[in-house]
Amino acid sequence: MLRLHYNLEKLSMGLVAAIIVAASIGGIVEIAPLFTIDKTVTIPDDMRQHTPLELAGREIFLREGCYACHSQMVRHLADEIDRYGPYSLAEESAYDHPMLWGSKRTGPDIARLGGKYSDDWHVAHLIDPRAVVPASIMPAYPWLTAPLDIETLSTQLATLARLGVPYTEAMIAGAAHDALAQSRPDSDGAADVAARYGEGVAIRAFDGDPARLTEMDALVAYLQSLGTLTAAARETVGQEMAK
Amino acid sequence: MSRSSEHEAEIDPVTGYETTGHDWNGIRELNTPFPRIVIWALALAFSYSVIAWVLLPAWPLGRDYTRGLLGLDQGEMAVEGYKRLAAVRADWLEPFADGDFAALSGDGSLMARAMPAAARLFADNCAACHGAAGKGGPGFPDLSDGAWLWGGTPEIIAETLRFGINSTHPDTRISQMPAFGRDGMLPPEDITAVADHVLALSAGKADADSPGATIFADNCAACHGEGGTGGLGIGAPVLADDRWIYGGSRDAILTTLKRGRQGVMPAWEDRLSAAEINLLALYVARLGERDAGAGQ
Repeated sequence: MLRLHYNLEKLSMGLVAAIIVAASIGGIVEIAPLFTIDKTVTIPDDMRQHTPLELAGREIFLREGCYACHSQMVRHLADEIDRYGPYSLAEESAYDHPMLWGSKRTGPDIARLGGKYSDDWHVAHLIDPRAVVPASIMPAYPWLTAPLDIETLSTQLATLARLGVPYTEAMIAGAAHDALAQSRPDSDGAADVAARYGEGVAIRAFDGDPARLTEMDALVAYLQSLGTLTAAARETVGQEMAK
Repeated sequence: MSRSSEHEAEIDPVTGYETTGHDWNGIRELNTPFPRIVIWALALAFSYSVIAWVLLPAWPLGRDYTRGLLGLDQGEMAVEGYKRLAAVRADWLEPFADGDFAALSGDGSLMARAMPAAARLFADNCAACHGAAGKGGPGFPDLSDGAWLWGGTPEIIAETLRFGINSTHPDTRISQMPAFGRDGMLPPEDITAVADHVLALSAGKADADSPGATIFADNCAACHGEGGTGGLGIGAPVLADDRWIYGGSRDAILTTLKRGRQGVMPAWEDRLSAAEINLLALYVARLGERDAGAGQ
């Protein structure tokens, strides 16, 4: 076998062909399952898309590198179920481009964070983590009180729609309007957000001030949506628990 | 660089290895054989992967995948593991499910076993807002001072835990301090006057004839009680003491009056089991009892 390799190394075109064959196997193993992903990962009926405001928060989450310390995947381990809740399902991140499962935790997993703490806590914690959790080593993000840029939201939604996230024309056209309305529960547009994205969407002044739309509003809206897009995990894992 | 046209195995006299046959200005390269141990390790790894393909879930097949002879499923294994964990805890956790708090707290040996777990649950779920020792912080109530918004019995605390305050749960407790300033319910001079009255109430030096007292009676007493004594079961805090959630400075009180407060306690019904909630309720009630005598 080694002699074969020895001879192959001396045939430059033969070696090129052999490298292509070997690399293709690796490629096929990774790529082939994606051709049937629609059949292997079924989207739950109650699954909703992120709202434009949550999406803007997700972009801030990416910008600040939060994923470097916080995973978004409860793994298939008993103690993870015990601490975080039902393990994560593939369909829960079907609309995430890119997914943010992560592979390293410095802080806790946040896949089931939505609803666990109040908006006030998130705001206080993001501005100065030590103010609420004295032992925290998380960096402070005081600049999140800056106004949120909502101009690119429509194009972001349109891009995600091309990747298969079911954003309708109305959602894309109304993205900036909906982002503003989601942080203003008393505004006329608030009903539009609920109508487009479902009654389960949180419509609140996330940073406590309905008069200003800030990056804090967006990030807190995103954090409060984590794990709430579908009840599929709770149902699936609940069924297994009942067995 | 020259290259030997016809390579014949040429043995290096010093090491006994073959050379590659290349000759770079008189320098030749040894063709050192691959270490045996690496070859064996590769062979072992490949053999194991073949065995693993047969025994474990491995190959995707369109809608399905090869299940493997062992029939293992990570999800099921995790749930099995969780059930084993739950079974180990059952003998001391299950009694908490029915919530007969008097009987539970009377059972000394049960409490001795359950309280360390309650401290762990508190640290995982409650400490982020209320602090590791339950001392709270600005905006987050102190649970250890014996001052309660809704009541400090385990029954009441358990309900607060289950449904939350101003939470998204349909049965949530609701309590709101209106934004008297922002919403134009009181003119600025009245707000200042009532803030001074509240400060006086807290210090026990309230003047019933001051303008602030009249404004208080008309606007605040409905929730906070005559004289700010609270206790009306609607989550309005006692003002006639020195305990504050959002701070007791004149500035903090003015901010509260101007912008209102609507603190949120999340609902835990979907996150924690009934037994865990009752266990935590007893733990928190005890936190309050510990300091209540000294404080009030």
